[in-house]
Order: sequence, then structure tokens, then C-alpha cells
Amino acid sequence: MAFELNVNGRTVSVDVPADMPLLWALRDVLHLHGAKYGCGIGQCGACTVLLGGKAVRACLTPISAVGKQTITTIEGLSPDGTHPLQLAWQEVDVPQCGYCQAGQIMSAAALLARNPKPGDKDIEAAMNGNLCRCGTYLRIRSAVHRAAEMGSAPRTQTPANRE
Amino acid sequence: MTPQQSQHVDRRSFLKITALAGGGVLFGFGAAREAAAQVGGPGQATTDPHNFIKVAPDGAVTIVAKNPEVGQGIRTMLPMLIAEELDVSWNSVKIEQADFDDTRFASQNAGGSTATPNNWLPMRQVGAAGRQLFITAAAQTWNVPASQCATSAGRVIHAASNRSLGYGELAAKVAALPAPNLAEVKLKDPADYKIIGHTQPGTDVKAITTGKAVFAIDIEVPGMLYAVFEKCRVFGGTVAKANLEEIRKLPGVKQAFVVERPPITDTVLPGETGLENGIAILAETWWHAQSARKKLLVTWNEGPRASQSSAAFAQRADEMSKQAPQRTIRADGDAEAALKNAAKVVEAAYSYPFIAHAPLEPQGATARWNNGAVEIWTNSQAPAGGRRLVAQTLGIPEKDVQVHMVRGGGGFGRRLTNDYMAEAAYIAKQAGAPVKLVWAREDDMTHDTYRPGGFQYLRAGLDGSGKLVAWRNHFVSYGDGERFVAAGAMGPTEFPQRFIPNYALHASVQPLGIRTGSLRAPSSNAFAFVIQSFIDELARAAKKDPVQFRMEILDAGAAPADAAPEAGRGGAAPPGMDAGRMKGVLQLVAEKSNWGKRQLPKGTGMGVAFHFSHRGYFAEVAEVAVDSANKIKVNKVWVAADVGSHIINPGAGENMVEGAIIDGLSELMSQEITVESGRVVQTNYHQHAMMRLAQAPPEIEIHFLKTNFPPTGLGEPALPPVLPAVANAVFAATGKRVRALPFSKSGFAWA
Ligand code: FES
Ligand code: FES
Repeated sequence: MAFELNVNGRTVSVDVPADMPLLWALRDVLHLHGAKYGCGIGQCGACTVLLGGKAVRACLTPISAVGKQTITTIEGLSPDGTHPLQLAWQEVDVPQCGYCQAGQIMSAAALLARNPKPGDKDIEAAMNGNLCRCGTYLRIRSAVHRAAEMGSAPRTQTPANRE
Repeated sequence: MTPQQSQHVDRRSFLKITALAGGGVLFGFGAAREAAAQVGGPGQATTDPHNFIKVAPDGAVTIVAKNPEVGQGIRTMLPMLIAEELDVSWNSVKIEQADFDDTRFASQNAGGSTATPNNWLPMRQVGAAGRQLFITAAAQTWNVPASQCATSAGRVIHAASNRSLGYGELAAKVAALPAPNLAEVKLKDPADYKIIGHTQPGTDVKAITTGKAVFAIDIEVPGMLYAVFEKCRVFGGTVAKANLEEIRKLPGVKQAFVVERPPITDTVLPGETGLENGIAILAETWWHAQSARKKLLVTWNEGPRASQSSAAFAQRADEMSKQAPQRTIRADGDAEAALKNAAKVVEAAYSYPFIAHAPLEPQGATARWNNGAVEIWTNSQAPAGGRRLVAQTLGIPEKDVQVHMVRGGGGFGRRLTNDYMAEAAYIAKQAGAPVKLVWAREDDMTHDTYRPGGFQYLRAGLDGSGKLVAWRNHFVSYGDGERFVAAGAMGPTEFPQRFIPNYALHASVQPLGIRTGSLRAPSSNAFAFVIQSFIDELARAAKKDPVQFRMEILDAGAAPADAAPEAGRGGAAPPGMDAGRMKGVLQLVAEKSNWGKRQLPKGTGMGVAFHFSHRGYFAEVAEVAVDSANKIKVNKVWVAADVGSHIINPGAGENMVEGAIIDGLSELMSQEITVESGRVVQTNYHQHAMMRLAQAPPEIEIHFLKTNFPPTGLGEPALPPVLPAVANAVFAATGKRVRALPFSKSGFAWA
């Protein structure tokens, strides 16, 4: 079945089964590899993308449920890699293996879009669905705070920021 | 031309261009590579600087990172060593990942926290040799003595005449110089270090945070099919029949076939079991392959391993604990007599389960078969072993297996086993098409090389003054006769051997039909929990402070035997534990945590533990609060570490230590693999949970004690002490002594 998707500001068409999760349409059809596969059952958050500005698990989102909602992946979070979260992540040097980090940043992006100055509890609630097998949680927490300090009005075109 | 040839030719022609240019554009690997091949052949890789450093005429410096990167930061750390001694500014360095090539590089692997001790000297020598070459070239150009020349940030400076030349300008000349004798190359005074010991962000942090970093799962080659590989849930089972005709008709499916392999009959499974029997499904996307797989109807010949279960293992261990041990691994003094004469005897049974590695990136590899040779993209931690396995499996010479090393989403020891490389290569060959194999998480969880579970039955004796005088451990593990399963051994020098006059270590084993292997800090990750928890019990029985009691044990030690064998740890045996260094970190962690001096509220307690592994000395203190519902909050962990004179990249080192603490806490609380009817029960993260952000300790305070020893690794040795530190803190807080991992089985949970 053909579906029209709005991915990172572009309209693209994919011809896939209606029950194919968005993750695999992104990865194997559109060749956008930023969102990762970790568990396929909503446990790890490695596949997190923004759908209409909300963080969703792409591994559990059938392509047929996307409709006209905008999709933002890590590749489209900012045009030049300068979203405050990306800068904060670089400054704090969060990653170890890095496999979880796109998902972490996308969950954080949704959080900052609705709560520009989150407290520790807000961060815990928003980020608890994202596992980091390498255990970079302390750095994730401080990088979210740092990004919030850098300003919650980034120069980007993400749906999250337009809301 | 095959891609493999083109890559080969590229390398040579790249070098040709260097030579032909005469005036010189680059100096690179080529000459050294050929020399190494001629002189020593494979396995005799040199550390000639031409293997690692590339300087363009404009002065751009590229440093080759040779080891597999799986999150340990090696792709940053090894080039830092070279850049420091080469004397270039770090910001100007471009880092390039090497492919696997044992004619150019020594020990391209990631395991055992060995990269730092193995590379500390040679990588600095490589950089220093490069710097010396630039000085020689400049001195010749100016016709001045080399001794009058200095370097700074990629330039050679002759202060007396106020002249300087950039490395780029000297590159052509350098290409013609002979390589200096590495042993005679002068290294920097550490006081002058500008890169080593100064935090440098990860080489790939920008790529990772923008989604551009390429992991093994992201590799694509033209015409590639996506593959899944269904194996029997009972290890070694084979396909009797399957509905492949039906599967081939499903949407997107291109091929489906049985991978015919003989049954694996070993009684003790080797660390590398190789390619198993199973069913490959190839499709136009991974989802198509995985969806088709859900329709598979397979009848398996499960074989004899289908009868095993965790319940039976535990029952058998209990039986063995009551019988005479099968054998004695070590006996110093007379433990039985000393126990008889002891003023107080403490006895306890400890156990720990199988656990999975479950790195966040599942196993997989991409392979392209072409005309008798195979090219493979992998995140293996042990590409040399991978290449060997692939060659054996396909029946081709190793030289016809080209291995590209790709970033791995975690390793933790799982990728020391190369089964998935063999699968991808074999499936690509049989399919006649390039293949990207990706394991589902369920494959990973049910076909791991598990950290072996085990049981330890301990008895120890104290004399009238509360001094530890006897120690007897009946170690019950898995194996057959004298052989332990992979990573399932306890060596004869396990602590507190040589710190106690009467020490006995006995062992009994039972057969095991699931695979085992090294998990981050192998054996230590379980043994530290047992030994340091039991020592805490002994300190209580002796009515001594747990830090003081440990200090007294360390004081009683005999000198270590040189290079004491540590069975089951793999690799060359590291030196035995130096009691003085351990006392140093124990003292430090006690001071930093204000041990014994803090007033803690009811339900809050502190615990301490230390452990020596992989040459690293770690002592850790945990403060925990436990509520009436047995919910544990780890308020804080203090870490004191002695891993030598320098922490090469301190920020990354701290990140690794924090990760090790959190990893250890996951093992402590919730991780357990169980077996029923020969099958691993747990299939995904919901049944083998790791710690989440809200559960993590809000603070981990890390202190590195710098000592006069060469730097060693910390990715592994940081982990083991946190389990007993928390277990001992829980006891301090509640009076409950938990002797079986994971804690969740005893009714505990994270707050
Ligand atoms: S892959 Fe989607 S939550 Fe794990
Ligand atoms: S950095 Fe490796 S899983 Fe998070």
C-alpha cells in the first residue's frame, strides 16, 4: 500500500504493508538510520521519533496510524545539528556506544517543547522509557538541564518547536 | 573489479601517489605495510608510525584508530596517545577507523580492559617516532642539529633562527626517511602533556547526536537482502521439517532455506560454537523477513539438551554441596583443621544466576559473497577470531575474508563471540546475494553466551581476637570433569587466597547445555558479590568495622606470586593483586564517603567492598535507603580507583565508571536468565530489566588515585565492587542479608 509521509519537512511516499511499523519504513525504505531498533516492543526507546511533535516508539507505530502527522527523526531535529539538545549532548559528552542516544534526544526534544524548564522529576518521567545499556543516565539528566539553560527557542524547524 | 579488489588497489595506489608525487603529498601506511608483510607476515604487525599517521601537505593530520569501538571510547583514546607524542593540536586531528588488518595492526580487539595497558607505550612511541621524523626532516632542511629543534602544535621550530615549518610542508621529506628505532625514541615528560589527562569529547559525538553515526545495523550495500535466522530454542537443535514453501510465498520474501549443520555434540560447549543449524528468511525489508518468520511452522530435533532446567541445576548444586567436592583447586595450610579450632565459624551459601549481555544494538552483520571471497561489515569485539570462524565456516582461506570494523552499539563481551558473523557470511554465500542479517531482540536474549550462574558454599573461621584464620569455598559451577564451561572457572588465586594461612578452594561441576561466555568483568562480576558480602558477614561476626576488618585482611597478605594464573579470565594472566594499592583505594573511599562518621536516618545504611580485576584496583561505598516495602534507593556511590599514573581521557573514564556502576546495579536487582525444557525463558528487556534513569543513583562520586604504575583499563574493574557494596549497605540499613542474586527474587525492588 502507498502512504504519503511528511518526514523531516519533506513529503515522501512509501509502498509498504499497512502494519509495517514506522521504524522499518524509516530505516529500510527511506534509509533514515538515526532511529534504532532495540527491542521492538516499546521497552527501550531506541526507536523514538516525534509524531506531530510527540515522542512515540516507531517500532510500535504502524505506518497506517501516521496519517498526516509530521514525523521528525534525529536527522531532522535541526538543519545543522545545533538544536540545544544536540549541543548540550556534545558539551556534556553524553554517549558511550551512542546507540540509544538518538532516541534519548528525541524524547528530550518532546519534553522541552512542552516544558522548557523541566525539573529532575519531569526529566525522570519523560526519559524513563529510554534505556541506556551503557548507563549514561547521569549525563543525560545534566544534558537535558543544560539544553534547557541554552534556551528553549531553538533555531530549528521541527514540528515540536513550531507548536 | 570486485569491491574487495578496488579497496586493495585504492590503498596501494594511494601509496603510489605518495611515492610518485616525489615532492610528497602524504605519508601513510604503504611502505610499512609491505615491509611488515615481507618481514614478519601476518601476526607480526609492526608499530611503524606509517601505520597510523597521515599528514597532508596542508598539515591536516589523520590518525588511524585500530581497535573496535563499542562504546568504550577507544576510537578517541588511542589516537590521543599518538597525537600527544606527535605534538599536534587535538582539534586539528581527523580520526579514521581502520579495517581489520593483521599485517598492519597488532591486537585489534576489545576485551579484558586490555587496550590501555597494551597500547600505552606503543601508541606513544608511534607518535613520538612521527615527531622525531618531522624534526629530522626540518633539521636537514635547515641544516641545523636536530637537538636545536622543538615542536609545537604540528610545527617544527628552530628558535635560534626564528624559523618554523609545518608538518605538512615536511611530509614529503618524511616519506623518504627511514623509520626510527622505536625503543630509542624519546617520549615526552608527562608534565608537558597537553592531551593525555585532559578530557576530550568522543570523536563521534557530533555524528551520534545528529543521527549520522554508522553502526553495524546501519550498513547497506547495493542489492542487499534483509535476513533473519531462526534457530532452535534448545541449543544445537536441528530442523526436521518446516513450511518453507508457504514462507516463500509471503509478501516481500525473496528466499527461505535451511542452513544445514551437523548437531553440536560437545559436552562442554566451547566459547565459540560457530554456525548452528536453522532457517534463513531473506526479504526486501527486515520487517518483511521478520513477519514471514512469525508464520514459520518448524519441527525441531531438539536433542538431549531439551531436558535441562534451572530448577534442576539448583537442586543438583544443593546435592553436590552436601557431598565431598569433586576436586580441589587450591589448598594452603589446613582449612579443615583450622575451622575445627576456630573460635567462631560462619557458614553461608551464595548463588548468582545466568545473565545476558543484551547490548542495545542486537547482533547482526552484513556480508557480500563474491567469487570465492567474502566481505563482511561487523561490530565484532574480536575481528581476528571472527575472520577465522568465517573462513572455517565457508571453507575458504582467511585472506579471502575481508573484515570492515563498524561501530557497535555496546559490546560487554557479547561480541567476543562471532556466531552472527558466520551466519551472515554463510547465508550470503548460500543466497548468492549480499545480506544484512539482524537478530531480533528475542534472538539475542535466547541465543546469548550467558554469564554463567553458580553457587558457592562458604565456611570461614575467626580466632578469639576476631582475626580471619580459615576459608573454605566449595565452588559449584558447570562443566565436565576438569573442564569448566567458558567463563565458569574459579582460579586458584582468587581472593582471599594468600591473605589467609588456611585456604581451601574446592570445585564441583554439572553439565550445561546453554552457551556461556565473558560478560564485562567476567567471573569478577559474580565473585566480588559473594566474597565481599561474605567478608562483611565475617566482619559483623568479628564485631569489627567492615573497613577496618578488610584492612586487617589486606595487612596479612603474603607477596603475590608473579603473574599468578587466573583461570577462566582469558588472555595473558595479569599480575596478582598488590595489597598496598588496594589499601590505598580502600582508605580513600572511606575518607571520601566519611565512612563511620555519618549519622544516618533509620532505614539508611552504608556498605563497602573492593575488588581487583583486570589489573585495576577499585573500592566502592554505597549509601542506600530501604523503605518498609523493601524498595531500595541508592542515594550515592563513592568510587576510589587506582588504575595507574594517568587517566588518559578523564571525562570518558568517569563516564565508563558511572556506566559500570549502573550496569552492576542492573545485575544486582533484576537480571536473571532461567532455563526450562532446555529453553531460555526470558525473551526481551521486560523480563531481563536494566536500570532506568529514575532508578539510577543521583550521584556517583569518582576519585582516581594516581600512583606510579603504568595506566591500565577501567571499563571492567569498576563494576564488580558495586554489587557487594550495595548488598552490604542493604544489610546495614535493614539487617537483611541477601545471598542470592538478583535481589528481586528476595522481594526487593528499586524505589
Ligand atoms: S525498539 Fe522501539 S522501544 Fe525498543
Ligand atoms: S550510550 Fe550505549 S546504550 Fe546508551
